[in-house]
Amino acid sequence: MSQLNKQSTIVTALISIFLGIVVGAIAMQLAGYNAITAYQALFQGSLFQAFDLGETIRTTTPLILAGLSVAIAFRTGLFNIGVEGQMIIAQLSALIVGIKLNLPPGLHAIVAVLVGGIAGALWAFLPGFLKAVRGVHEVIICIMMNFIALYLSNVLIRNWLTESGADSTPKISPNASLRVDFLSEMFDHSRIHLGIVIALLMAFVMYYLLWRTKLGYELRAVGYNPYAAEYAGMNVKRNIIVSMLISGFFAGLAGAGEVLGTHGYIAIQSAFTGIGFDGIAVALLGANTPIGVIFSALLFGVLTYGSQNMEHMAQVPPELIRVVVAAIIFFVAANISGKLLDVVKTKRRAKES
Amino acid sequence: MKKRAWLSLLLSSVLVLAVGCSGQKGAEGGGDKAAGFKLGLVTDTGGLNDQSFNQISWEGAKRAQKELGVDIQPLESKRDDDYIPNLTKFAREKRDIIWATGFKFEKVIPEVAEQFPNVHFGIVDSNLGGKIPKNVVAVTFKEHEGSFLAGVAAALTTKTNKIGFIGGISSPLIKKFESGFRAGVKAANPKAQVTVAYAESFNDVTKGRSLAKNMYNSGIDVIYHAAGGVGKGLFDEVKTRDKGKYWAIGVDMDQSGLAPDHTLTSMVKRVDTAIFNITKDLKEKKLETGKEVQLGFKENALDLAKSQHLKPDVMKKIEEYKQKIINGEIKVPKTEAELASFK
Amino acid sequence: MNAVEMIGITKRFPGIVANDNIHLTVKKGEIHALLGENGAGKSTLMNILFGLYQPDEGEIRIHEKKVTITGPTMANKLGIGMVHQHFMLVQPFTVTENIILGDERTSSGFIDYKKAEQEIQKLSDQYGLKVNPRAKIADISVGMQQRVEILKTLYRGAEIIIFDEPTAVLTPQEIDELMAIMRNLVKEGKTIIFITHKLKEIMSVCDRVTIIRRGKVIDTVNVADTNENQLAALMVGREVSFEVIKEEAKPTRTVLEVKNLVVEDQRGVPVVNGLDLEVRAGEIVGIAGVDGNGQSELIEAITGLMPIKQGKISLNGKNVAHLKADKGTRARRITEAGVGHIPEDRHKRGLVLDFGINENMVLQNYYQSPFSKGWTIQYDEVNKYANRLIEEFDVRTPSHETLARSLSGGNQQKAIIAREIDRNPDLLIAAQPTRGLDVGAIEFIHRRIVEHRDKGKAVLLVSFELDEILKLSDRIAVIYEGKIIGWVDPKTTTEEELGLLMAGRAKKEGQ
Repeated sequence: MSQLNKQSTIVTALISIFLGIVVGAIAMQLAGYNAITAYQALFQGSLFQAFDLGETIRTTTPLILAGLSVAIAFRTGLFNIGVEGQMIIAQLSALIVGIKLNLPPGLHAIVAVLVGGIAGALWAFLPGFLKAVRGVHEVIICIMMNFIALYLSNVLIRNWLTESGADSTPKISPNASLRVDFLSEMFDHSRIHLGIVIALLMAFVMYYLLWRTKLGYELRAVGYNPYAAEYAGMNVKRNIIVSMLISGFFAGLAGAGEVLGTHGYIAIQSAFTGIGFDGIAVALLGANTPIGVIFSALLFGVLTYGSQNMEHMAQVPPELIRVVVAAIIFFVAANISGKLLDVVKTKRRAKES
Repeated sequence: MKKRAWLSLLLSSVLVLAVGCSGQKGAEGGGDKAAGFKLGLVTDTGGLNDQSFNQISWEGAKRAQKELGVDIQPLESKRDDDYIPNLTKFAREKRDIIWATGFKFEKVIPEVAEQFPNVHFGIVDSNLGGKIPKNVVAVTFKEHEGSFLAGVAAALTTKTNKIGFIGGISSPLIKKFESGFRAGVKAANPKAQVTVAYAESFNDVTKGRSLAKNMYNSGIDVIYHAAGGVGKGLFDEVKTRDKGKYWAIGVDMDQSGLAPDHTLTSMVKRVDTAIFNITKDLKEKKLETGKEVQLGFKENALDLAKSQHLKPDVMKKIEEYKQKIINGEIKVPKTEAELASFK
Repeated sequence: MNAVEMIGITKRFPGIVANDNIHLTVKKGEIHALLGENGAGKSTLMNILFGLYQPDEGEIRIHEKKVTITGPTMANKLGIGMVHQHFMLVQPFTVTENIILGDERTSSGFIDYKKAEQEIQKLSDQYGLKVNPRAKIADISVGMQQRVEILKTLYRGAEIIIFDEPTAVLTPQEIDELMAIMRNLVKEGKTIIFITHKLKEIMSVCDRVTIIRRGKVIDTVNVADTNENQLAALMVGREVSFEVIKEEAKPTRTVLEVKNLVVEDQRGVPVVNGLDLEVRAGEIVGIAGVDGNGQSELIEAITGLMPIKQGKISLNGKNVAHLKADKGTRARRITEAGVGHIPEDRHKRGLVLDFGINENMVLQNYYQSPFSKGWTIQYDEVNKYANRLIEEFDVRTPSHETLARSLSGGNQQKAIIAREIDRNPDLLIAAQPTRGLDVGAIEFIHRRIVEHRDKGKAVLLVSFELDEILKLSDRIAVIYEGKIIGWVDPKTTTEEELGLLMAGRAKKEGQ
């Protein structure tokens, strides 16, 4: 039975993706573009060459971590919409370590990554704490914390981290960089970095944590049924806080990876990057499972990165890809595919009888 | 039974995509070797239709296409993340010059330039901190000089002797505008006061409008902006006010279209001319890369837009100052420090 | 004329055949019972009739015409209505709003509430339902809510009404009223299919009964020609004893002592108000009382799930009322001190429905050896343990990984009882241990509870079923408004005496 449920989730996801792509194609045709050409450009531009593949993986990396972050919170019945803010704070903290400290290569990067993760966890602590102790809804706090993070980061960059009011910080020390030569060379000097290894490792950590440890057992119990968890003598409040800390840690690693691997500096941002919000969609499509998150993040990575090439080669505005993404989410959330399957079953029965 | 049906549906869709992809690849292969000079232009996150910097840059590229027969193609960046892939895309196509519009590219240009030593890159509005790779040409403008003339125009038009300046994100580049502008005001009308405000954004239109509103309400009657998209807010606000009493001065391109009856003039940076000229020089192999090219009045890269609202005597004064700047009589300050010691 | 014919219906779920070639014929104007244990396949069959599931094989005829029922809407059109066990009502809506929901009849684009209200009032009067169409669902009793569900089907013109275990949630008095309503419905020409496992109800109201066991039809009999014992045997497949066989209790030392306990609810109202109680090893103490007199709060206070305002609770002579939670929660400390707790609501507290049976079996001791080692859970050990309990307590499940959600109510309850009894607690608290279960399961659970007593352990039983209290208890305490207002001996008391006490007449005054 549980086996079947798992399968149907995968089927649901695949059907939703397919329908999303079809909807996108219809939108393109209606807007006067050639959908086939556009999708060719999309997939070719994101997968077929080493550089593009590397960049696609680079785009996918923070999406995996953001997706894991949202997923693990979901598992405990929490909606961490604050991934965006946790990433920003982590990015800032990792950058400060990357610029201000002077450590040997390797160690410097490890320290910076860990500081980023911890910063993200601490930023997520407050919403978790308020939820557990005061019953304040985490979504509200998280959204406010996002804005605090964004503007705090801008103020610090402007007034402390840049010389003479430039709009971006200096670059981190090469010792703290997550980019490694063999990966960069393998992928034709794209910005792929060790963050992908961290992301995959964290997916495994999430699996192990949730399904192999006592803590994971408690987190899931609290998520599914807090009353039963209380009955079983679990400390529901503590588990809520712990869940947010872990979720924030994953988000923090996503932010650290972005600054230590992809950019090497931070520019003043007038708006959110949207990676944290995409993480919600990734978790949803991935059914909150680590493996599901990896694959759905990859899909989002391909769509996001490939959409640039779609514009380049097929002159289709990349905004149309957001239509595809939105449609996929819609189909998953509304469980359209499940309903379609039912209709098909019924029709077939009607025909047979 | 039903499982098989779905499977076949999915498989066929994958097949369609796969076939499609391979087809495209062959078609594209031929284009690479096409003869002729090729230009690529990567915009910052403002996009091609920002009615400002990116748009005017693209005008220059289009002129190069028309007059020089250059093959041109744009790429819009949606996020800061996209800069490197976009530049790389053009570099891999071995385009002869790849333009990056805006100082936001200053961190990424050296990185990409190092990877593709045989491709030329152009960056507008940044000198890369003086460290310019061999295959890069960095184009900067003497915005302080143009802003100086805008300051003269403002100083000679104001009735209240109160003048405003709205900047985007406070950075050395925008400080250049501010310093030049304030020097111009000081030179033409020492009694006039300049109020300065920064939006700390280049695209927050609402912020621009509220800043402009506050300034006009406090008695300021002429406002100059150097704030990209934020400036749209200034024009939105001035439009609602009395004609002939409140003025806005545009930047980068002639912005009088945004508020025809209220736009005193615009400080036009002829980015299009710059891009056209340098592309032309490079095509004719007359240009040495690896250095900064500074453009000003002499190169016809800066000017005040023609405007019916500028009175003839004001125009005359402006022309006088322009000549003085060209022949070096006036040295326009670029920074706050230089401004303090100006005259 | 036959109202419903289901011919050769087969429905398979992975790992189980829920309905195996089932034939069911329901005549127009009769009350037809569908009798079977939990998980026998009654609900599946009715869900097929209501269009919620599609059968893998077989055909359905309604009023002797062959049909394919694709969904509830279609079932409604065919005149089939269903009163679900769990009500599908919107709490803040009024009765009228709930009834017309999904079947809003409009005049020029607007819902005509007046007309709907009148119509509902008329239906209510016609069938003697006594429902006020303007009342809010949140404000009316469970029995009344059920009548709203009945009205919902009538409003949609149902001729055939399916009742899915309608009495599970009702008080004895409400049950009597429901029986009267069902008779009224039939008198007005409706046909009723009554899913139940309560033999008494079948005997009192039904015309015919079809018995289903493990997905197969065993027999269809006229109620007039049978009796409870025969039906029970047909349903379970063996002779069932209705009597609880137990020896005289031999109580020894005091295990649980509650003194002057005060527990306040969230609004600060004392719901347990100066309660005294003693339970000794080797006896079963039953707490009788009408729902809402502080039973739930008493249990939650003893088990550490609710804070105590005042008073003393001692377990084996040790005060646990204000046990400090220096390690884990108070609930856990009390569990470790030797308390087993079968909670009154198995879905709310007793199980994590989306966990497998294996994970549910260790809910109280997952953190102890051998189920955990360091920070990990030893799933091999957990599975081994779960399989042993599944075997020992006859929990019918395809595997130990099956989600608790997909088990029938009886098997869910057996899993909880297995978990709580197997830990061999000094005090077993059983709240509504057999609510909603069939006779087979009830017999099994009762036997287990008595066995636990006979091992020299203390048992505290709370139940709203007087029958159960009388059969199982060695002593009965009657609770009223948060106090124990009297003790009776189950061997000498009568239902009348108990009823009076439960209604708040203190014993002294009564005698």
